[in-house]
Amino acid sequence: MAHLAENATFIPGKVGRLRGAIATILVLFTGSTAVADGADRVLALGGAVTEIVYALGQGDRLVARDSTSSYPPEASTLPDVGYVRALSPEGVLSVNPDLILAIEGSGPPEAIGVLHEAEIPLVIVPEGYDAEAILRKITIVAEALDVPEKGALLAAQVDVSLAEAVASGRTEAPPRVLFILSMEGGRIMASGSGTAAEGIIGLAGGVNAMQGFDGYSQVSDEAVLVADPDVILMMDRSGDHAANDAEIRAHPVLGRTRAAETGAIVRQPGLLLLGFGPRTPAAVKALSDAFQRTQG
Amino acid sequence: MAVVEATGPDPAHQTMGDRQALARRTLLGLAALLAVTAIVSLGIGASGTSLWTALAQTIRGEEIGTREAVVLFDIRLPRLALGVAVGAALAVSGAVMQGLFRNPLADPGLVGVGAGAGLGAITAIVLGSLLPFALQDALSYYLVPLAAFFGGWATTLLLYRLSTHRGRTSVAVMLLGGIALGALAGAISGILIYMADDAQLRDLTFWGLGSLAGATWDKVFIAGPLILLALATTPFLARSLNALALGESPANHLGIPVQRMKNISILTVAAATGAAVAVSGGIGFVGIVVPHLLRILIGPDHRYLLPCAALLGATLLIAADMISRTIIAPAELPIGIVTATLGGPFFLWILLRNRSLLDL
Repeated sequence: MAHLAENATFIPGKVGRLRGAIATILVLFTGSTAVADGADRVLALGGAVTEIVYALGQGDRLVARDSTSSYPPEASTLPDVGYVRALSPEGVLSVNPDLILAIEGSGPPEAIGVLHEAEIPLVIVPEGYDAEAILRKITIVAEALDVPEKGALLAAQVDVSLAEAVASGRTEAPPRVLFILSMEGGRIMASGSGTAAEGIIGLAGGVNAMQGFDGYSQVSDEAVLVADPDVILMMDRSGDHAANDAEIRAHPVLGRTRAAETGAIVRQPGLLLLGFGPRTPAAVKALSDAFQRTQG
Repeated sequence: MAVVEATGPDPAHQTMGDRQALARRTLLGLAALLAVTAIVSLGIGASGTSLWTALAQTIRGEEIGTREAVVLFDIRLPRLALGVAVGAALAVSGAVMQGLFRNPLADPGLVGVGAGAGLGAITAIVLGSLLPFALQDALSYYLVPLAAFFGGWATTLLLYRLSTHRGRTSVAVMLLGGIALGALAGAISGILIYMADDAQLRDLTFWGLGSLAGATWDKVFIAGPLILLALATTPFLARSLNALALGESPANHLGIPVQRMKNISILTVAAATGAAVAVSGGIGFVGIVVPHLLRILIGPDHRYLLPCAALLGATLLIAADMISRTIIAPAELPIGIVTATLGGPFFLWILLRNRSLLDL
């Protein structure tokens, strides 16, 4: 356990470079250590981690969650220890956990250091935006909760249903999809390469229409015009992120894209779309169906 | 912070006026208030750990549980120490700046510390991963504080060089130059923010809102001595700042070494604020509110104003921190939000009540 926690303390900050190596190390450690036998006060950090705990039928072992864990609805009734990258060490200790399952990037590192001091078993779950990453998350969480059989079962289910969803989503001409993270003041914040959005678009049989930059970034109107996406994909959220269809059609640039002209505007709940957890097969299915509807 | 009466009575005012007596009482009162707040703050937190239970256990010779020990000695105590140091540093720096610039709106931001420290922090957050791997590992989570500290210092020294001509520092050039450098630092920060990814943007936002949640003993031992050293110079500044209220040349004629005093003030503020911002991020408002409150209460005499500001700044910050870590427990509200939402209306209320006393 001590090794595991030491690995955990230096993760944030160089997440990108170390991702692969750490994932391997963690799998090795979690694989070889019975992390916390019968831990029954579990703190889950990260939307996908919480979903996996519930999907394994272990939801009653949770005592708290972070603010990004909003699914399933029962999770919202648990105490919220705050944003996953800005945890307060005493807040985390106050829910008296005997096991912490944290998505990669949880922090700040100082807080993780204090949790190490307090000798609370901490398992870091590596993030990733493909099928393999989901199975890895499930395996690690299941091992940590000491329910490896249930984990293997869930992983197999997810693997099969994801493969089915991906196969049914494949088309002759993959639609070119523009993912819009937010549209504040008419400025378009879109997804480039290496994001969860690009991952899910690819699984659902589309291709990311915006290339040439990493992560989410504000894009120029002209670039959007040149990309001319077949589909516009957004998160289904109330508030400032959402823009309704009328607003998109009225937008000087988005309104002229193929997507707006054919009404191919798709919305999905953010956590379902970008969480890369057990619901991802359903997300892929819903998304590829939506793609095919808009193209048909 | 124990800088009580280091300069002795001013020979020009041998008789002790009412205001001076009030100031002394205020100083004692604030010291007591700080002590009480500090003890309360050790006993309050998101977890139910009680200071008294732990004390009683220690007295009875029992072992304190690991978790209780971690909460008290690795979370609350360093956090309290850092809060006291940061609060005192910000409030005293504010008072010194207002005295030096003879401007009630002056705050440590004027000498470029804030902008420079912000730029340093942003650079470290966004570009930190480009550093050689071994260096990243060695610096680990000190990278951001160190970058913020050096960013603050570098900006202040640059501004000081720009505004010093033939051995004389022009306060006006410094003020305006500070605005220009601030804009420049803001622009470079903007470029970095544009390059930042999602997670880095979140980190930047939280850094800007300030927090004592990252308090560790290492940070206390690095920032604490720097702040103490900086605050230790203030008793020697007090009389000069009083004389400077008359203007630069009158102060010169009174035999105050004005240029030397400016040097010391600027270095003091840069060190204290730089260290404070580095370990706590952007905590606004303390540097403006505390000195003004005290001026209304005890008058503008820097011999009392500076030590009182240290005590009140420390008290306010640890009180704000108690709110920040309990109000939405187990989550935590960034302390910058607490100081501004509580401090803003309260300060307005004080201002409106004392409108007749204030002539800015």
